[in-house]
Amino acid sequence: MTTIAQETTLTRRRRRWEALPYWLILPTVVYLGLFFVWPMIQGFGLALRDEDGNWSWSAIDTMVNDAAFGKALSFTFLLIVVIVPIQFVLALGMALLLNARLRGAGLFLYIFLLPLAISDLAAGIAWSAIFTERGYLNTILEGVGVLQQPFIFLDPTSRTQLVIAVAAAEIWRSTTFMMVILFAGLQGIPKDYVEASEVFGAGFFQRVRHVILPMLKPSIQVAILLRLIFAFEVFAVVIALTGSGATVLAAEAYKWQVTNENEHVAAAYSVVILGLSLAAAAVVLVALRTPRERRLR
Amino acid sequence: MTGLPRIRVGRALAYVAALAISAFILAPIYLITLSAFSTFDAVYDYPKNLVPNHLSMESMNVFLDSDGVTDSLLRSVYVAVITIVACLAIGTPAGYALARFSFRAANPFQLALVSTRAFPLIIIAVPLAVTYIRVGIDDTIYGVAMAHIAFTLPLTVLVTASVFAGISYELEEAAMTLGCSRLSAFGRVALPLALPGVAASAIFIFVTTWNEVFAAALLTLRNRTLPAQMLAALDTSPLPYRLAGGFFLLAPALVVIFFIRKYLLTTWGRVAR
Repeated sequence: MTTIAQETTLTRRRRRWEALPYWLILPTVVYLGLFFVWPMIQGFGLALRDEDGNWSWSAIDTMVNDAAFGKALSFTFLLIVVIVPIQFVLALGMALLLNARLRGAGLFLYIFLLPLAISDLAAGIAWSAIFTERGYLNTILEGVGVLQQPFIFLDPTSRTQLVIAVAAAEIWRSTTFMMVILFAGLQGIPKDYVEASEVFGAGFFQRVRHVILPMLKPSIQVAILLRLIFAFEVFAVVIALTGSGATVLAAEAYKWQVTNENEHVAAAYSVVILGLSLAAAAVVLVALRTPRERRLR
Repeated sequence: MTGLPRIRVGRALAYVAALAISAFILAPIYLITLSAFSTFDAVYDYPKNLVPNHLSMESMNVFLDSDGVTDSLLRSVYVAVITIVACLAIGTPAGYALARFSFRAANPFQLALVSTRAFPLIIIAVPLAVTYIRVGIDDTIYGVAMAHIAFTLPLTVLVTASVFAGISYELEEAAMTLGCSRLSAFGRVALPLALPGVAASAIFIFVTTWNEVFAAALLTLRNRTLPAQMLAALDTSPLPYRLAGGFFLLAPALVVIFFIRKYLLTTWGRVAR
């Protein structure tokens, strides 16, 4: 955000209109107040009240004592633990490839960016066509002779297999999101640094390890942070791929709201998702913080 | 050991990696497109066809003729149009204010916008569903659009701010010395220059609302958007229906990314952090 501030300090200094900017931001402030802040407060209210409107832990109790709660929680965590590290390495590799000025870079850029506009539902449907018993993966594996008969990849009784299937679809879909942030960060690294390390004989991996990664830290922080927050919301891809074989926190929130028509428990789930997102954000911010004296800008 | 071969091997590996990742990304897109434009029988066939030799509109027609599909497609388009127009109308002035004025609330406002991203949108959807029922706008496209505006507004403001910040203020000042009012200087000078950037954020808003499943499914029952319709039909619909629908969800991505690919990496990538 510093760039916007820097670019506009001059213009800002030049003209100081007192009331106008406040009028200009007013619609946004009012709208977000009504449709973002207020619903969020309401969400806490719903989670902490019973049907009669009294303060109570009943919704939380119902949620915690439901057998699906533990399953949803652990499946969500399992997905994050599997997906995010793989995604980070892949996203970094993709960003470096785009930065390497390969021939055909424009085409690679287009292809690498495609998943950014693809929904988790579409990703789930596409990958279910691949993983389903009479699907493309079995066709290929049988075709090359690895399998003698179709393998049931989406076995509802095997949590490991379901995690792998959902992870594949999510890595396919949402790695680009991290790549975009990392690539923007790479653009900000002065070429001299990388060239200097090359002159002194650093190989590719040494360059990445000792020059690029440390300088990319702020972008890495944001990329992992935002990816984690979205990861706690994982929803349609799980439903599309596993049916009722696995459940995640958001799917439980959906089930309680729509099927069980209990908005209190649904809100309790959404509060859990919010709490986990904020906790994860805090962990990332602390774990990857850059001491002030080592900051470049 | 000379440097040259090492660099060449490195380049070759880079191409191999880039091609492999491209294949990984394109394969599912190719396969779902293939399924969506296959005959009904070919969709159920096993082993599957990996090459397009059973092309037909049969699956696609089954999908499009199914109950509620064209309606939900139209609704998705309506929601997208409402969201884009309202979001830009509300957000562009705020973005302009951030880019052009120094005011005390600027930094807190910007920080608040950035921090909205830390809050999962799910927590807003459930209370909104409750409120909508109370107010009587549940199960309407307007309700869905209003939720989508809330989701996309913060990023819209940040992106338009960065677009306007990239346009020199001198041009507007010059227009004003030549007799333009502040408003007409904005309208005749700044806005046309900002148009490509604003269009890119419009496209980004479109992608978000077109893809959004959770809130849309929660806030509607009969008047579903396409993703909500697809989600509800997942376990009851035949395979060709699902695959053709999946293609419809995915298809805009192919076009949209083409137009905003440059912006995604410059403006959006920078604003996102």
